[in-house]
Amino acid sequence: MAELCGVIGIGQTKYQAARKDVSMAGLVREAAQRALEDAGCSWHDIDAVVLGKAPDMFEGVMMPELFLVDALGGAYKPMLRVHTAGSVGGSTGIVAASLVQAGVHERVLCVAYEKQSESNATWALSIAMPFSVATVAGAGGYFAPLVRGYMRRSGAPEDTGIRVAVKDRQNALKNPLAHLHLDDISFEKVASSPMLWDPIRYLETCPSSDGACAMVFASERVASRQGKPVAWIHATEMRSEPTMFSGRDQVIPRATLDNAASLYKKAGITKPREEIDCAEIYVPFSWFEPMWMEGMLITERNQGWKMTYEGATALDGDFPVNMSGGVLSSNPIGASGLIRFAESALQVRGMAGAHQVDGARRALGHAYGGGSQYFSTWIVANSKP
Amino acid sequence: MREIAVVGFTQSPSLRREPDRNEVEILIPVIHELKQSLGLAGNQFDFVCSGSSDYLAGQSFAFVSGLDAVGAWPPVCESHVEMDGAWALYEAWLKLQMGYADTALVYGFGKPSMGDLPITMALQLDPYVNTPLWPDAVSLAALQARLLLDGGLVSEREMAERAVRDRKHAKSNPFAQVKGDFEVAKLLAEPHLVSPLRKHDCAPISDGASAVVLAAGDRARELCKRPAWIRGISHIVEPQDLGVRDLTRSRSTELAAAKAGVWRGPVDVAELSAPFTHQEILVERALGLGAKTTVNPSGGALAGNPMMAVGLSRIGEAARRIWDGSAGRAVAHATSGPCLQQNLVCVLEG
Repeated sequence: MAELCGVIGIGQTKYQAARKDVSMAGLVREAAQRALEDAGCSWHDIDAVVLGKAPDMFEGVMMPELFLVDALGGAYKPMLRVHTAGSVGGSTGIVAASLVQAGVHERVLCVAYEKQSESNATWALSIAMPFSVATVAGAGGYFAPLVRGYMRRSGAPEDTGIRVAVKDRQNALKNPLAHLHLDDISFEKVASSPMLWDPIRYLETCPSSDGACAMVFASERVASRQGKPVAWIHATEMRSEPTMFSGRDQVIPRATLDNAASLYKKAGITKPREEIDCAEIYVPFSWFEPMWMEGMLITERNQGWKMTYEGATALDGDFPVNMSGGVLSSNPIGASGLIRFAESALQVRGMAGAHQVDGARRALGHAYGGGSQYFSTWIVANSKP
Repeated sequence: MREIAVVGFTQSPSLRREPDRNEVEILIPVIHELKQSLGLAGNQFDFVCSGSSDYLAGQSFAFVSGLDAVGAWPPVCESHVEMDGAWALYEAWLKLQMGYADTALVYGFGKPSMGDLPITMALQLDPYVNTPLWPDAVSLAALQARLLLDGGLVSEREMAERAVRDRKHAKSNPFAQVKGDFEVAKLLAEPHLVSPLRKHDCAPISDGASAVVLAAGDRARELCKRPAWIRGISHIVEPQDLGVRDLTRSRSTELAAAKAGVWRGPVDVAELSAPFTHQEILVERALGLGAKTTVNPSGGALAGNPMMAVGLSRIGEAARRIWDGSAGRAVAHATSGPCLQQNLVCVLEG
């Protein structure tokens, strides 16, 4: 059966619109170097490297891991490249962990990145293919009808999304690595920002960021010897379903519900809202916070917006969500999922700095992608399972 | 370690151009036939993993539509690598090793006819230094072949012999693209395509897909009379820059072979994914294969080369030789990147 695995090192770059001071190689190495320093190990200690990123067209390099081998110290080691749409960051963490959990390796370096300034993501997402439905909508245009569907079903107040946007940007002010530091963020500022894809306003969307995130995963033998806190992996889970078919619920898809149920079962969690101390959830458009509170079975159907409204998801609420500022504050797409996983691990290690949740012992990391159809999640804790 | 075996394999014909079918339409019959061959209706796989490339399809998230071929409903536990399906099989093998799954469906697919493959492959190189020069994949392989020829390490005759052998073997493979009886002397009289490579030195460009089923322990024995047990599987990557590695040998294949335990016993059959004749020789040498090994009974990559599926197909073809009893021990190889940059080796036993 699966071996225990712990996160012993975490490294992130500063997230910003364009990291013109570094190449892609420089960007991933910066995050990886920081993760190694945190883990107290050297490049030689790493047995294998796993790289994740979103579509290759986002930078214009086919299978970029091949040219990044040297930058990631991967020469003459095993290297894997994961790509599962927007959930890829999470999936990359899960694959890297599985190399340890399968008993194959002792220390695995996991890196995810996006350097969006090298290309144009909305272009890369909008290529019309022969014999296929061309949405030519980018991500916002695709998700706006799903948000509208959620609003209609749940009867959520129209300003719920604005409240999420304000809360996450306030959290980002406590995270020095966050891309957006909007000192004057306010309800009025978000409410008066231009409507991009009705009902999604400009300040309810994620930015376009350059950045990389890295983690070092270790076996129980190695992790137990660390002088620093370890985030122990209690459960990982993935679910996927097709993009379109008649009768598919795209608002709260079955894949998220199945994923959540299986994840909690593996982690021995029966009351997620009470037993999980905080969560980093993939929220690229503000409304996805209440939607995933329902999709992750944290609250009852159509009640997710109440958690936002009542402040439950605030840093000092009973179920803090996106303490780091979330995807709404930093979005190097392919890395965004791994950042959720890394930030959840930082919380249970007690190393999240100014956005630390006091006494966080167990945390949820979450990523989703495609047309709300790919889900990857994990539960980490400060003690062994 | 858990006992894990290859218990099912299907593939589409390798075609220079699939004019009427998109990737999903190529995949659907492959996966359907695989399920049927194992008596598995619907989705009875604990894990699904695939390998493909957005750049071959010319579209972001090209693999997403692959889920339509799987029939991923109810939702499946699934992952994808932007690598040949052989590496998707490796990820699935990990899931089975962890005990999180007892069966896995693995598939790979590619339709390089949508673009100009050799030039597309230039996008795999360092984008700041090398890609702007647009060195195509055939020219890079030709540089490597020149190094081998000038060093007296390989002869043009030996290279042509690989083409003759593989095309002859492919005569019995209904899915192969390039097959028949050829003579070395006549092939060597052909003009160069990119000196010193001739057309026969290069694998064809193929559209196609393949799929494999893995199963653990007793589940494998239920699904297959003589499962092809994975006794070792390992993969290694080298630095990409051609100036910093030894192109006259495949060190990564050697390291992967050692880790996978290739030399712990005789190798009856080897299925190699080398896309150029001189690279096939390098892989044979790296694996230490001798006269007792039948190399590429299917014809290998030189007879049919559906990129992103070709490596996975080698594992499937090697497993078939175990199932039918014609081999007791087989080795499969997959590669990726310019000039054999990344290599995977899998050892199967009956």
